[in-house]
Amino acid sequence: MSKLPSLENFKDRNVSEDSAYYMVDIEDYAVTPMEKFKQAVKRTFKLELFVGLWVVLREMFKFEIHTVQYPAEKLPIGPRYRAVHEMQRLWESGTERCIGCGLCEKICISDCIRMDTKIDENSRKEVTEYTINLGRCIFCGYCAEVCPELAIVHGGRYENVSEQRAHFLEFEDMLTPLDMAISGKVAEYPGFGAITPNEDASVTKTPLAY
Amino acid sequence: MDTAYVIETIIKIVAILTVFSALAGLGTYFERKVLAFMQRRLGPMVVGPYGLAQVAADGIKLFTKEDIIPTNVVARIFKIAPVITAATAFMAAAAIPFMPSFTIGGYTVNPIVADINVGVLYVLAVMAVGLYGPLLGGMASANKYSLLSAARGAAVFISYEVITGLSLLAPLMMIGSFSLIDLNNFQIEGYWMVVYQPVAMVLFLIAGFAETGRTPFHLVANDHEIIDGFGTEYSGMRWGLFFIGEYANMFFYAFLISIIFFGGFGDGSVAGAFALLGKVSFFFFFFLWTRAAWPDIRPDQLMALCWKILMPLAVINVVITGFVLMF
Repeated sequence: MSKLPSLENFKDRNVSEDSAYYMVDIEDYAVTPMEKFKQAVKRTFKLELFVGLWVVLREMFKFEIHTVQYPAEKLPIGPRYRAVHEMQRLWESGTERCIGCGLCEKICISDCIRMDTKIDENSRKEVTEYTINLGRCIFCGYCAEVCPELAIVHGGRYENVSEQRAHFLEFEDMLTPLDMAISGKVAEYPGFGAITPNEDASVTKTPLAY
Repeated sequence: MDTAYVIETIIKIVAILTVFSALAGLGTYFERKVLAFMQRRLGPMVVGPYGLAQVAADGIKLFTKEDIIPTNVVARIFKIAPVITAATAFMAAAAIPFMPSFTIGGYTVNPIVADINVGVLYVLAVMAVGLYGPLLGGMASANKYSLLSAARGAAVFISYEVITGLSLLAPLMMIGSFSLIDLNNFQIEGYWMVVYQPVAMVLFLIAGFAETGRTPFHLVANDHEIIDGFGTEYSGMRWGLFFIGEYANMFFYAFLISIIFFGGFGDGSVAGAFALLGKVSFFFFFFLWTRAAWPDIRPDQLMALCWKILMPLAVINVVITGFVLMF
């Protein structure tokens, strides 16, 4: 490989001229005594030990460090990464989007969502309790996919260290802050739970004529 | 024996102890950094600027850790084994000239604790006694991995003592003296010893890897096979003593190679002293360098290499040197 493979090259999984992947050329093992002798002679006069020394020394002087100094530096996460859930609010009014339909509670395969609802004085359904047990959640994303209102989504917060399990998630933490929602600073949520950007193109008409 | 001599010797001993204990700590830092750079990592970066205070952090950790003596170990031997490793490593330093002699206020100082006329023999002998650290520590640990390591250690160290001795025999025959200072002075007029005895140099270097237990021959404490070998059951500063002994040994071995084969400190000028430091640094770096580049070999391969290849080579080298000296 002469050229440095870029990230784009790695995405092409087919072994070809352009992709970063290539077949490794592995010689057969030496079996017979003569083959073993030839191999030993070849390795000795090729000075393989010094080839190894040169390789690591070259890397030391090239100083291409790949370390990410984690708490200070962070790797970018994917736009549709499924980390800790968020609850969205409606724009301008700031009302919670959650209509208390209970679909997320039902579809959750690790049974970690629990919600209580009641009918309020305007005869609308109101969510009184909403908890997600993050210790059990497997972040499959079904809750965000099934939500008809884009109320529960997956956010990008993946650092969940805490001393107590109760700290993992409170409903108020998940909700978008009210002032942000009212002031209209929140953009339309693009992450997991929202439809993918090229959704229209991928939709195909159901063929009726079978 | 006058008082000034005694005081001077004590000062030298304290200086060697403190300097090389500190160097052993710094050696771990350099090892981690060099290995990291060779593997495209950064190494320790958090404690202090560029992780420099990591040595202090490690030292504090080792000193304050609980000193655990596990059940079933032979406590007395278990406790004394790390001391043997560290002590023999520093005892070997007594006959090594670390610098050319210099003068402070009209008083000439020889930076060697004892210029005994059997210097090389003494150094090799004391380094060989260092075998008892891993051997006793491993056998007293009541742990099968430690025991395996002790057995390997005994086999490897004893085998490679032969190589060290035989490889040094040829240069010593040329000089007719065991003193490291005589060895150094011989190379002032002539070429470096490595020009006359390249085979002996290579053999001595290879044996050095076995004696110090460095990577191609690291099977005494091979992490992926036998955990930490003889050090498995140790904790705190007792383990730290093993570590200091190993690193001090690396430094002393680097000094030995530089003095015996690479001209030492030359004619005793300041430039010569710095040249010696440079050579020692290179050989210390070489110990780290090989660790990044080379794989470990199996115990049986190590034994075969010693007895089937290196020892015959060393003997042939001695015989040829003898013939050349005779005629």
